[in-house]
Amino acid sequence: MKRYILRRLLHGIVLLSMVATIVFFLGRLTGNPVDLMLPEDAAPEDRVALIKALGLDGPLHEQFFIFATNAFKGDLGMSIRMRQPAVEAFFSRLPNTLAIIPWAILLGTCIGIPLGVVSALNRGNILDRAAGTVGVLGIATPSFWLGILLIFVFSVELGWLPSGRMGGPEHYVLPVITLGTFLVAGFMRLTRSSMLEVMDSEFVKLARIKGLHEGVVIWKHCLRNALIPVLTLWGVFVGNLITGAIVVETVFAWPGVGRLTYEAVIYRDFPLLQAVIILKAILILTINLMVDILYAYVDPRIRLT
Amino acid sequence: MSAAGGVKDETILEVRDLRTHFFLRRGVVKAVDGVSFTLRRGEVLGLVGESGCGKSVTALSLMRLLPKGGARAIGGEVLLDGTDILTLGDSQMREIRGRKISMILQDPQTSLNPVFTVGDQLRESIFRRAGGRTAQIMREAVAALRRVDIAAPEQRIGQYPHQMSGGMKQRVVGAIVMSGEPEVLIADEPTTALDVTIQLQYLKLLQRLQRETGMAILFITHDFGVVARLCDRVAVMYAGRIVECGPVQEVFEHPSHPYTQALIASVPAMTGPIGRLTTIEGQPPSLMDLSAGCRFEPRCRHAEARCREAYPPPVGVGPDHTADCWRLQPA
Ligand SMILES: Nc1ncnc2c1ncn2[C@@H]1O[C@H](COP(=O)(O)OP(=O)(O)O)[C@@H](O)[C@H]1O
Ligand SMILES: [Mg+2]
Repeated sequence: MKRYILRRLLHGIVLLSMVATIVFFLGRLTGNPVDLMLPEDAAPEDRVALIKALGLDGPLHEQFFIFATNAFKGDLGMSIRMRQPAVEAFFSRLPNTLAIIPWAILLGTCIGIPLGVVSALNRGNILDRAAGTVGVLGIATPSFWLGILLIFVFSVELGWLPSGRMGGPEHYVLPVITLGTFLVAGFMRLTRSSMLEVMDSEFVKLARIKGLHEGVVIWKHCLRNALIPVLTLWGVFVGNLITGAIVVETVFAWPGVGRLTYEAVIYRDFPLLQAVIILKAILILTINLMVDILYAYVDPRIRLT
Repeated sequence: MSAAGGVKDETILEVRDLRTHFFLRRGVVKAVDGVSFTLRRGEVLGLVGESGCGKSVTALSLMRLLPKGGARAIGGEVLLDGTDILTLGDSQMREIRGRKISMILQDPQTSLNPVFTVGDQLRESIFRRAGGRTAQIMREAVAALRRVDIAAPEQRIGQYPHQMSGGMKQRVVGAIVMSGEPEVLIADEPTTALDVTIQLQYLKLLQRLQRETGMAILFITHDFGVVARLCDRVAVMYAGRIVECGPVQEVFEHPSHPYTQALIASVPAMTGPIGRLTTIEGQPPSLMDLSAGCRFEPRCRHAEARCREAYPPPVGVGPDHTADCWRLQPA
C-alpha cells in the first residue's frame, strides 16, 4: 500500500513538472509578456526597464531556471493587477471556491448514485427512461445557460433567491444547483451502467443462492463493486469542478478561484494566470491521489499490485 | 457408491414437465422443454449432456434465479418436499434458497465477490442460518473452511478471493453453500473450470460432504466419467429434454437411447482417467426451431418415419430405467 501511494505521488510530481514547463513555454511563445503589461503608448526605455526588472532579458533556459527555482520555493511571481504575489491571490480566493464545491459533490453523490441504482433496478421501464432523459439533459446543459436560467426564474421572476455574490446560506443554493446538476447526471449514468454490469455477475447469483435479502444483494454486493468505476469519475469530476467553476463563479459573481481565473484572462494578468494554472494542477493531482488511495480501499485487488 | 443409510427412496425433489424458454427478439429459445426427473433423499443424481443442452437453465429454474431479460419458466412443476416452488412468492422462495436448496456455480473465479473477504461472505450464510454473535459466527466460519480442507483457515478467513487459487475458491464456495445446510445441492459443473489435477480432489470432497450430511445432490456435468465416479443415478439430457434416466450401472451396461449409446461409446474407459466426451457426428438442433419429433432424429442411425412425427413417450427398459425412443416401444 505504501509503495502504491509512493508511486502515485511520483507520478503526480512528474505530471506537475510537465504542466509547469508547458505553461512557462506557452507564455513565452505568445510573445514578450511585457507587451501585455504596459500600456500601448509606453516609452521604449520603460519597456527595457521592465524587461530587466522581470528578468526577461536573459536567454530562455536561464529564464526557465529562474522560474523553476522560484516555483520550487513557492514563488510564482507577482500579479500585475493586484500587486500581490500570485500565490497569495490564489489562496485568498480558494476558500470561497471550496465553500461551494463540497455541497455540489454532496448533491451529485447523494442524489446521482441512488438514482443510478434505482434506474438500474427498473431497467427499461418509465422510471428508468425518465431518469435517463434527465441525465442526458443534465450533462448536455451548459452551466452558464443553466445558471442564467436559474437566476432568471428564482431571482428575477420569483425573487426567492439572491442572484449572486457570497453571503448567507441562500446565496449558495443556485450556484450549488448549477454545479451539481452535471454531477447528478454524470454519477447517475455511470452508476446505472456499472450496476447493470455487476448485477449480471456470478457472485451476485451466489449471494442470491445464499438466500440473502434483495436489499443486501443490491446495496452491499452490487453497489460496492459498481462504485469502483464511479470513484474514478469522482476524481475526474472534482478536478473538473475546480476548473469548471470558472463559468459558474462568473455567472454568480462568486469570488472564488474560478472567477480569479476569468479575471486573470480578461485583464491579461499573465503571471497570475500562470500561477492559477499551476496551483490548480497541484490541487487536482492531490485530489486524484486521494481518490487513488480511496480506490485501493474499495477495491482490494489493487492493494497488492 | 455414495449411499447414506436407508432413506434412498424418499423423493425430495420432483420436477415434472418443466419448460423454461427465452423470449428474445429474434425468437423463442426452448432451452428447457419438458424436463422431468426425481431426486431422492441422500442420492447423487447426475445430469449429463453436451454443452448448450439446457443443464444450467434447468438448474437456475430450480433455484428460480433465471437471468433477467426474457427467461421464463412457462410450465411444469418443481415439487420440493411436496411444495411447488414455481408458485411461491419471491420472499417465500428466498426463505428456501440456501437452506432447502442451494447451488455451486461453474466458475470459482467469478463466484465470489472480489471486494469482500471470504470470511465476510461465509459469515453471511452462517448468520442467515443461525444468527448468533460475532465471535460464535467467526468460530463457525473457521470450522466451515476447515471442513472443506482449507489449511490455516484462521488466516484464510481474512483474505480476499484474488489471493486464492481457483481450487481453493471453489472450496470456499463449497463452504459457503454447506453453511446453509441445504437438503438439496445443485452442483453445476463445479470442476469444469478447475485444473485436471484438482478436479478429483474436489469430487472426493463433495462425496465426503454428501456422506456426512446425507443431502441430495443434482450433479451437472458434461463428463460421463465423472458420473461413473460420483453418481447413483444418471439423467441424460439432449436439446432441452431428458432422453434417458436410470441407475448409473444399469445405464452404462444397457444404454437404451441412441444418444446415450453414442455418449458412452465416446468415453474411453470407465475405470481409467476421467474421460471427456468426444463429439458425435452432426450438430445438436437449434433450440429455436425444434421439430415435433425426436430431437436426436437428425443425428440418429436408427431414425425412422415415426421419429419425425412425434416425440416418443418414455419407455421402461429396466429396473428404475427409462428412455424416450420409438424403437423401444413394445410393438
Ligand atoms: N441468457 C440467455 N439468453 C438467451 N439464451 C440463453 C441464455 N442462457 C442460455 N441460453 C440458451 O439456453 C440453452 C441452454 O443453455 P445452458 O443451460 O447454459 O446449457 P448447458 O447445458 O451447457 O448448461 C443454450 O443453448 C442457449 O442458447
Ligand atoms: Mg452450463
